[in-house]
Amino acid sequence: MNQRKPAIVAEHLTRRFGTFLAVDRVSFRVYEGEIFGFLGANGAGKTTVIRMLCGLLAPSDGNAWTAGFNVRTQVEQIKQHIGYMSQKFSLYEDLTVRENLAFYGGLYHLRRDQIQQKKQQLFQQLELAAFETTLARDLPLGFKQRLALSCALLHDPPVLFLDEPTSGVDPRARRDFWGLIQSLARSGKTIFVTTHFMEEAEYCHRVAIMHEGKIVAMDTPETLKARSRKSSMQQVFVSLIQQQLTES
Amino acid sequence: MMASGENTLPIIEIQQLKKRFGTITALDGIDLHIYPGEIFGLIGPDGAGKTTLIRILCTLLLPDAGRVQLLQHDVVHDVQSIRRFLGYMPQRFSLYPDLTVEQNLNFFADLFQVPPSIRQQRIQQLYHFSRLEPFKNRPTRALSGGMKQKLALSCAMIHTPKILILDEPTTGVDPLSRQEFWHILHQIREGGTTVLVSTPYMEEADQCDRVGLMYRGKLIVVDTPQRVRQRFPYPLYRVWGQDTYALREFFQNLETVHSVHLFGDALHVAFTQPPVPSDWKHWQLTSHQQIIRWQPIEASVEDVFLEMMEAHS
Ligand SMILES: Nc1ncnc2c1ncn2[C@@H]1O[C@H](COP(=O)(O)OP(=O)(O)OP(=O)(O)O)[C@@H](O)[C@H]1O
Ligand SMILES: [Mg+2]
Repeated sequence: MNQRKPAIVAEHLTRRFGTFLAVDRVSFRVYEGEIFGFLGANGAGKTTVIRMLCGLLAPSDGNAWTAGFNVRTQVEQIKQHIGYMSQKFSLYEDLTVRENLAFYGGLYHLRRDQIQQKKQQLFQQLELAAFETTLARDLPLGFKQRLALSCALLHDPPVLFLDEPTSGVDPRARRDFWGLIQSLARSGKTIFVTTHFMEEAEYCHRVAIMHEGKIVAMDTPETLKARSRKSSMQQVFVSLIQQQLTES
Repeated sequence: MMASGENTLPIIEIQQLKKRFGTITALDGIDLHIYPGEIFGLIGPDGAGKTTLIRILCTLLLPDAGRVQLLQHDVVHDVQSIRRFLGYMPQRFSLYPDLTVEQNLNFFADLFQVPPSIRQQRIQQLYHFSRLEPFKNRPTRALSGGMKQKLALSCAMIHTPKILILDEPTTGVDPLSRQEFWHILHQIREGGTTVLVSTPYMEEADQCDRVGLMYRGKLIVVDTPQRVRQRFPYPLYRVWGQDTYALREFFQNLETVHSVHLFGDALHVAFTQPPVPSDWKHWQLTSHQQIIRWQPIEASVEDVFLEMMEAHS
């Protein structure tokens, strides 16, 4: 693992909102091709960390690098090297599938033929072709999720941030989506993903669990389960957070 | 336990309900009775019609055909009286972003005329579930996604309606809070409220007294979670392997295998005929020792759901 190149490095990453400490000196590394699960109760700070790693929110303290670029000073490069699927899939609801892709392609300064080529590939991979002229707001949720993923993949970024990509999505569509994530990781992309489905945590190579702005556990799912003598990540999560709550 | 049965009058009565949007049939002849004091769960894939059904029950959408009554009030003709005894939380609920957490709770308590004598107790109970008390003076717009969802849910549960309808209330809510949410829902039911809830979390189906599986505008199965699980017709095993994905492919290629699905760190393998010990020994060899462990299991609601989706598509 250690010879592998890190795709994300966070060092004492910190964010305050006024006097409130939302992210408190968080440090970790995510390696190329890794699926890194980011877990935690509501309000733990997951989205805030992602926004800092994507260069969308300035850290109050500490530092971080994504795809080799500094989140404070190289925001423009980061934008070109990451894909970001936000918690509420940010699509243009009144645009069709094709128009959404064209719009995002424009944001990344892609040429029309590049967009066209990538679009064909993604449509095939994600089975979206049948919906090409459908308005985003009329898509079933599982396909909205795929469109959001396509938009995030259009410029072929090496690092992907997926913030609750499967929330509200049915069990079959969730399995299909994780199949895609696995194949993206196998092709070398780095995946940073949050979820509240604990069985999905089992599909990650490593997970970090956040509590009130701090990382309180970080390892492979197997090791976390073995160490706490639990048979599932659901049990690991609930017991760990309960323990944290009684200690504080 | 709920008071269901033939001799109790249903509190929600749906007969031959139909609804179309243009060329799409959203509801294709729904028949359903829900009894007083029940927690009834609606599950089904995206686009199955759950939200359409819920919106009609809540008088927000007119049916094309069929009859729908809540407490003997018709959803088309008695809109005003229904809204008086109905609590509803839509999938996308709007809170007032500039009001604080506590102001939002009080706003909805006023709106639903929650008597001051029980208001504090109810708010405390809801804070216990949501863990939002430390943030009670924070404006709603500064909350995380899941915190907003929990506040919306708390606002919908602040009064004690006769019927409470929740459309995917736990989407984006963390695992611990989901447990506590169900705890409160059971308490609300003890108070006499009937609950209809839709959910994408299959393990939550087991928290309901009965569930309905919806698919393409139809209710395919309505039963207790236990009997839904017993409908699974194949011998089912949970199998752990070195590499779950490789092992899945291995089982997919076996002739006696009906289906293989990923469930967390293991596979659920359904067979067309019960495997015998020598089968496992053989598979150990042919899979190159990929199999670590196996164990016969009872099907979960999620197994039934996946099976139903495959059978109907
Ligand atoms: N703009 C802001 N102003 C003030 N507080 C904020 C702001 N943005 C986030 N916070 C607070 O920071 C904390 C962390 O929020 P964040 O959105 O990162 O949580 P999360 O772990 O993503 O939660 P969820 O699982 O609900 O999505 C929360 O207490 C939230 O209210
Ligand atoms: Mg978040």
